[in-house]
Amino acid sequence: MLPIRAEAVSYAAGGAAILDEVSLTIAPGAPMLILGPNGAGKSVLLRLLHGLLRPEAGRITPAAAIRGAMVFQRPVLLRRSVLANLRYPMALAGVSRAERLRRAEVALAEVGLSALAGRPARRLSGGEQQRLALARAAALEPEVLFLDEPCASLDPAATRAVEEIIARIATRGTKIVMTTHDLGQARRLAGEVVFLHRGRVVESALAERFFAGPASAEGAAFLQGELLW
Amino acid sequence: MQDLGSAFMAAIALVRDGDAGMLAILGLSLRVSLAALGIAAVVGLPLGALLAVARFPGRRAVVVALNALMGLPPVVAGLLIYLLLSRSGPLGHWGLLFTPGAMVIAQAVLITPILAALSCGVLEALWEEYAEALRSFGAGPWRAVPTLLWDGRFALLTVLLAGFGRASAEVGAVILVGGNIEGFTRTMTTAIALETSKGDLPLALALGLVLMVIVLGVNALAQGLRDVALRRAG
Amino acid sequence: MVRRHLVLGLLLTGLALPAAAQERFITLASTTSTEQSGLFGHILPVFIRASGIGVRVVALGTGQALDVGRRGDADALLVHDRAAEERFVAEGYGGPRRRVMYNDFVLIGPASDPARIAGTRDVAEALRRVAARQAPFVSRGDRSGTHAAELRLWQEAGIDPVQGRGQWYREIGQGMGPALNTAAAQEAYLLSDRGTWLAFRNRQALKVLVEGDERLLNQYGVLAVSPQRHPGVKVKEAQAFIDWITGAAGQAAIAGYRINGEQLFFPNAAPPN
Repeated sequence: MLPIRAEAVSYAAGGAAILDEVSLTIAPGAPMLILGPNGAGKSVLLRLLHGLLRPEAGRITPAAAIRGAMVFQRPVLLRRSVLANLRYPMALAGVSRAERLRRAEVALAEVGLSALAGRPARRLSGGEQQRLALARAAALEPEVLFLDEPCASLDPAATRAVEEIIARIATRGTKIVMTTHDLGQARRLAGEVVFLHRGRVVESALAERFFAGPASAEGAAFLQGELLW
Repeated sequence: MQDLGSAFMAAIALVRDGDAGMLAILGLSLRVSLAALGIAAVVGLPLGALLAVARFPGRRAVVVALNALMGLPPVVAGLLIYLLLSRSGPLGHWGLLFTPGAMVIAQAVLITPILAALSCGVLEALWEEYAEALRSFGAGPWRAVPTLLWDGRFALLTVLLAGFGRASAEVGAVILVGGNIEGFTRTMTTAIALETSKGDLPLALALGLVLMVIVLGVNALAQGLRDVALRRAG
Repeated sequence: MVRRHLVLGLLLTGLALPAAAQERFITLASTTSTEQSGLFGHILPVFIRASGIGVRVVALGTGQALDVGRRGDADALLVHDRAAEERFVAEGYGGPRRRVMYNDFVLIGPASDPARIAGTRDVAEALRRVAARQAPFVSRGDRSGTHAAELRLWQEAGIDPVQGRGQWYREIGQGMGPALNTAAAQEAYLLSDRGTWLAFRNRQALKVLVEGDERLLNQYGVLAVSPQRHPGVKVKEAQAFIDWITGAAGQAAIAGYRINGEQLFFPNAAPPN
C-alpha cells in the first residue's frame, strides 16, 4: 500500500474549493500529523487519502477503493457487543474465524477492554468507545491508519490513554496519519508534519524542524495561536 | 350502553369458557397473520434496507410508490389476489382460492409495502450514521443490508408489530379470498363481520374485544422481549 | 417455472392449513340467507357424516355466487333466483337446475308503520303505499336473489322505485344482515327472507308487516358447475351433494331445521327427470 502519493489533488463541495492542488507522499516511518486551523480541509484530505472521497482533479495512488483503515472523530460503533464490533471488519476483510478471535483478544488487551468484551459497545464511556474504535482498526493490521481528530471529544485522561495506544500502534510499523488541532498532542506524537491552510499544503517538514521554527509565516502564526481560520 | 355492557359480559364469557369455536378462529387468525408477517418480513425488510442504502435513479419514485401502496385499500388487494387465484385466473391451478393460503398471500401483499416503507425510514437514519464506517470497512450496499437489518433489529420490531397489527385487523381482503368458510377460513375479523350482519352486535363486539386483547398481548410481549434484549445488547 | 409456483403454493397452503381440513371436499357458493339462518350448520354435518365429503360454504349474494360459479371457483351452487339460474344453465356454465326447498319473503317495517301496510296481504299494494308515502325503503341493491325478488315485486306494483333513489329508496349494495341493520337504524321498510329475519338479533323496532302473499315465495335451486369450462371442478363430489340434498335424507334434514320451533325452509325437490 505504501507509499501513498497524492498528486495535485483538488476537491470542492457546493461550489466552494476545499482542497487546491494538494500533493504529498505517505511513506513508512513515524506518524504524520496533518495540522491547520479549522476549515483548512484536514478531514476532507484524510477521507480522500483513505478512499471515502474521490478527488475531482489530480490523482491518488495506489488506486485502491479503500486504503488502510480509519478512525473517526466520533467513533461509529455497531449496536453489538464489544467483541462483535472487533470481529465485524475482520470478517469483511476475509480474516479467518480463529485468527479473528486471536487478534480481537490481543487488541482488547492492548486497549485495556478485555473485561468488557461482552458488553454492548454503545454503553461504553466516550474514552472506552474511542479505544475500542482504535482496537478495531488496529486489529485489521493495516499498513496505514488514518485518524481524524480522535481525541477531539475526550477528557485529558482519556486523551492520554488514546495517545499511548496510537504510539504503540506506530511502533509496530503501522503508519499513522492523523489530524489534530491540539498542538501539544502534535508535539507528543508527530514524526512529520503537513501544515494545511485554506486548502493548500503550506509546509511539509519533519516535526522537529516545524516546531523549532516554521518556514512559512502562516505556520509561525499557527504555532503562536494567532491563525484562527 | 346496554349493548356495550352485554358485549363485555359476552367477551368475558367467551374467554372464561374457552369457547372451542372461537379458539379455533383465533388460532387461524394468528397463524394467517403471522405467516403473512413472516413472508412480508423476508421480502419487505431487505427491500426497505436496500432502499435505505442504495442510490439509483428512480429511487425516490420507488419510495413514493411504496408509501402510496401502504394505503392500498384491502378490498383492492383482495380483488387482485382473487382474480389471480381464481380457477379462471393465471394461478388457478394452485387451487388456493378460498383457503387460508390465499388469505396469507393477501395479507402479505398488503403489509409488505408497509414493512418496506417503514423499515426504509428507520434504517435511513441508521445508515446515515453507519455509512462512512461501513464503507471504510469495505462493505458495499449489499453487505450493508444485513448489517443494518441486524443492528436496526429493535427499531424493526416496532415496524413488524405495525405490520402484524394491520394484518390481524384486516377484513376486506381475507373475506374476499378466504370466503369466510366456517371452520376453515373464518378468522376473527370475518367472524366479526358475520356476527354484525346477523345483527348480533354484542357478540361481534365481544369478538372484537377478544381480538384487541390478543393483539395487545402480542404487542406487550414483543415490547417486553425487546426491552430485555435492549438492556442486554444496547 | 410452473414447478416453482407449485412449491410456493404448497408451502403457503401448508403454512396455514388447519388440522381438521378434510381430504375430500367441495366448495359450495351459496347465499347469505342460507348461511346466516343457520341452515348449513344444521344440515351439512349430516351430509359429511354420510358421505365423508366436506363442504366449504362461501356465502354471497345469489348474483355473486353465480359469478363465482362462472369463474369455476365453486363446485356447486345453492341459490334463489330462478331467472338468473336458468340463464346460468343456458350459458352452459352448469346445471341442470334442481329445486331444493322454499321459504318465503316477508315485508318488514317499523312498528309505527307510517305507510299503513300492516294487515294487507297484497304485497304489491303494500309497496304502492310505501312509495306513495315516500317512506324510507332499504334495498339490497346487490344483485342477490332477494334483490331480484324485490325488483320483481316493484314491477308487479307498477312502480319504478329508482325514481326515489337517494331519497326514500336506499340501495345499500350489501347483504341481508347489513340491510336489516340499516333498516333498523333508519326505521325503514325492506324485503327480507324469513330465515335471516328469524335469526336476526338486532331488530329494534322492526317487525313483519306483510306475509303470506304467494308472490312472496322464495324458491331455492341447486346446480353443479360444469367441468367443461373448468376442468378442476369436482364433478363427482358435487353431484353426490346434489343427490343428497334433493334426496330423502337431505330433504328430511332441511325439514328438521327449526328456530324456536318454527320451521325455516320447506323441502320441495322435484324428482330427477
